[in-house]
Amino acid sequence: MTSQSSIFVTLSSTAVRSGTILLLPTLGEIFAERAGILNLGIEGMMIIGALFGFIAGFVTKNPYIGFVVGMIAGGLSALIHAFVSITLRGNQIVSGLALTIFGLGITNFFGQPWINRKFTIPVKDYAIPGLSKIPYVGQIFFHQDLFVYFSYVLMIAMWFMLFKTKLGVHLRAVGENARASDAMGVNVNRNRYFWTFFGGLLAGGGGAYLTLVYAPFWLDGITAGRGWIALALVIFAMWNPLYAFIGAYLFGGIDALQFQLQASGTTIPSSLLNMQPYLLTLIVVVAATIVLRKRHIGTPRELGEPYDREER
Amino acid sequence: MDDIVVSLKNITKRFPGIVANDRVNFELRRGEVHTLLGENGAGKSTLMNILDGIYQPDEGEIYINGKLVEIKNPSDAMRLGIGMIHQHFMLVETLTVLENVILGLAEQGLYINKKEISKRIEEVSDRYNLCINPSTKIWQLSVGEQQRVEIIKTLFRGAQILILDEPTAVLTPQEVEVSFEIYKQMIEEGKSIIFISHKLNEVMDISDRITVLRKGKYIGTVDTDKITEKELATMMVGREVLFRLERKPHERKDKVLQVSNLKALDDKGLLALNGLNLEVFSGEIYGLAGVAGNGQKILSEAIAGLRKVIDGKITIAGKDLTNASASEIFAHGVSYIPPDRLKMGLVPNLSSVDNAILRRYYKPPIYNRHLINYSEAERYAKKLIEEYDIMVPREDAPVKLLSGGNMQKLLLAREISEQPKLLIAVHPTRGLDVGATEFVRRELLKQRDNGVAVLLISEDLDEIFMISDRIGVIYEGQILDTFDIKEAKIEKVGLLMAGMKSEREFSEQVCSTV
Ligand SMILES: Nc1ncnc2c1ncn2[C@@H]1O[C@H](COP(=O)(O)OP(=O)(O)O)[C@@H](O)[C@H]1O
Ligand SMILES: [Mg+2]
Repeated sequence: MTSQSSIFVTLSSTAVRSGTILLLPTLGEIFAERAGILNLGIEGMMIIGALFGFIAGFVTKNPYIGFVVGMIAGGLSALIHAFVSITLRGNQIVSGLALTIFGLGITNFFGQPWINRKFTIPVKDYAIPGLSKIPYVGQIFFHQDLFVYFSYVLMIAMWFMLFKTKLGVHLRAVGENARASDAMGVNVNRNRYFWTFFGGLLAGGGGAYLTLVYAPFWLDGITAGRGWIALALVIFAMWNPLYAFIGAYLFGGIDALQFQLQASGTTIPSSLLNMQPYLLTLIVVVAATIVLRKRHIGTPRELGEPYDREER
Repeated sequence: MDDIVVSLKNITKRFPGIVANDRVNFELRRGEVHTLLGENGAGKSTLMNILDGIYQPDEGEIYINGKLVEIKNPSDAMRLGIGMIHQHFMLVETLTVLENVILGLAEQGLYINKKEISKRIEEVSDRYNLCINPSTKIWQLSVGEQQRVEIIKTLFRGAQILILDEPTAVLTPQEVEVSFEIYKQMIEEGKSIIFISHKLNEVMDISDRITVLRKGKYIGTVDTDKITEKELATMMVGREVLFRLERKPHERKDKVLQVSNLKALDDKGLLALNGLNLEVFSGEIYGLAGVAGNGQKILSEAIAGLRKVIDGKITIAGKDLTNASASEIFAHGVSYIPPDRLKMGLVPNLSSVDNAILRRYYKPPIYNRHLINYSEAERYAKKLIEEYDIMVPREDAPVKLLSGGNMQKLLLAREISEQPKLLIAVHPTRGLDVGATEFVRRELLKQRDNGVAVLLISEDLDEIFMISDRIGVIYEGQILDTFDIKEAKIEKVGLLMAGMKSEREFSEQVCSTV
């Protein structure tokens, strides 16, 4: 392998890992939104998962336990949003924003003693027999850690569930027309609670992967706006789990590139480099919206709307 | 002994500010069609939503097959063999027929066995001659077809007691006949039907017994063969009603509206108007008949300047106003009564005063030295309220608190007061009681007598035949034919609404749409 192509492979496989941090919350939010719940608290849930996952991993010296704890922390924090928007029928935008602010605040408080501590236990990569031998592709996608494989499996399982199973029909129905679903005997609130919780699990998992594997240390505000990017990626994926990886790895690539550039001491000011993901987010959202218009694919129809059986 | 399957005793249901059902009694025998009759707002849907488990009654008891039951949600109702076809369909538009049918069904496993379920749906569909393809998406179906999907859904669940909430409101006269055949077949199979309507002729035709509700109260139950239409009307409204409106002979003058070869897209980007031509003259009411979703709404929006057209021309009083803005079109003398008064006609959370001045807050005398002169605005609103006899709790109360009839009166008052040349009225009496309906129709006739060109778009064929001078039929974005009222036949119009020229074509068509 020439050195150039080996740089490409290294960069790409970093991109996949960086993209996984985004892929997990994006997948979670796709399902939450499909069920009709808009959660602007992804950033908050991610950083909660990032801190508590990190602490748990640090204490138990086990990244897998850390990851699970991060997921649970994210899931529990999502329940706050679920309670406000489903049970209290509050405004989902306000509640989601509050959750983000809450997450940043609480991790700032509890994270103090952990600042700049490193998680030093390496996470093992596994080569998938057969697949890992494919030139380039094998190196990039099939020489990864278990978390990355988990995200592959999850993505396909979620797609299958959404379009091929009854649970998926129920999930789509409650976000499209809660009243009709209710009249047909689907428990709207239970579905919405569950998928909001599920979204929180994955957001927390994404955060934990960041602090346990990708950048294995704790810093205040370490998620650095990734939650917002995930929110944009949901639109980019057109609410289809199968398309989620495209955007996630694209942004992962930019992140990896930026890391590389900064490390190699480029002359471009770092503040400009840091701006990139957000600029791209904007472009991506605009482009995706135009495409969606053309193809007549829309947002889940009752996204963000509370449901009350006796109200008209 | 009669075999009583449903018995509702002293049901009371209160909503904020209104008692929708006040100690109502109702009884259904096995194998009968029992009509629930009442004006809009009488509480028919509320009562049936209680039976279907959507609403919980505040008081009263429900007996199914003689047993006292509590129906906490629609699944409970389903287990008791109750299936309801709602006035507003309970279908998820983006899902397929099949997905809608299995929605909420407990019996199947996780994975959807499309083949097997499709086969079962087709069986039901064939048995009743419903002609529905399980893999079509709901939004691709016509309203009549969507209703058949609703029927399949309830039959699929093995419902023995069917509740049909105003099923005929969205059908053409011929489709109504076909659906009555289906109901008869269901009765023969031992099912029982609760049929809701406020159309007397249909009620007389299909039902064995009739229960009348008025303003939430139980008025009585009668055998159909022992009562006349007129007596029923009196029971329903509480006073004698006139079936005919007086109208002067119509004098047709200048052409006010000319629409030629109009093409426009709907919200999904599909062609909703496909080269439509239409003329409306001053001093006439032009009634546009059609099944919902054939382009009526799009047409009214295009003329009112709320939707861009992609081709064709709209001329109003000789001026080309194609794709002009809504305010420009209004300035040229077009008033608009939109189909949904609370979504487009009025601002629900604003007061009657604010709503009354929406067409003139930017003009003197209400607009004065860059400010709104509120005493002037109030004076104007009070004038409208008095002139049109609108009941408002207070002038500064939000209009969403008004009854449907009073909202419509306020809207009508605001639009008519601008002395338009062209008045577009879309479903102007939808959901109103008999009194308010009559008021609105009279007002439209008065405008016509004053020389206004009125374009009336309505789903209610009786209404169109009652007040129009000419009748056009819209189908798939085109006007198929236009009749003078003297030559118009309701059967002919009904067939055209289904896109067909003759009875024969209709009977052939029923099952070939798959
Ligand atoms: N969910 C609701 N919330 C508040 N008011 C309601 C609700 N449903 C019905 N109503 C009111 O109850 C009355 C009866 O309505 P409804 O049962 O729909 O009448 P009908 O079906 O006979 O036309 C109306 O005045 C209506 O405004
Ligand atoms: Mg009703």
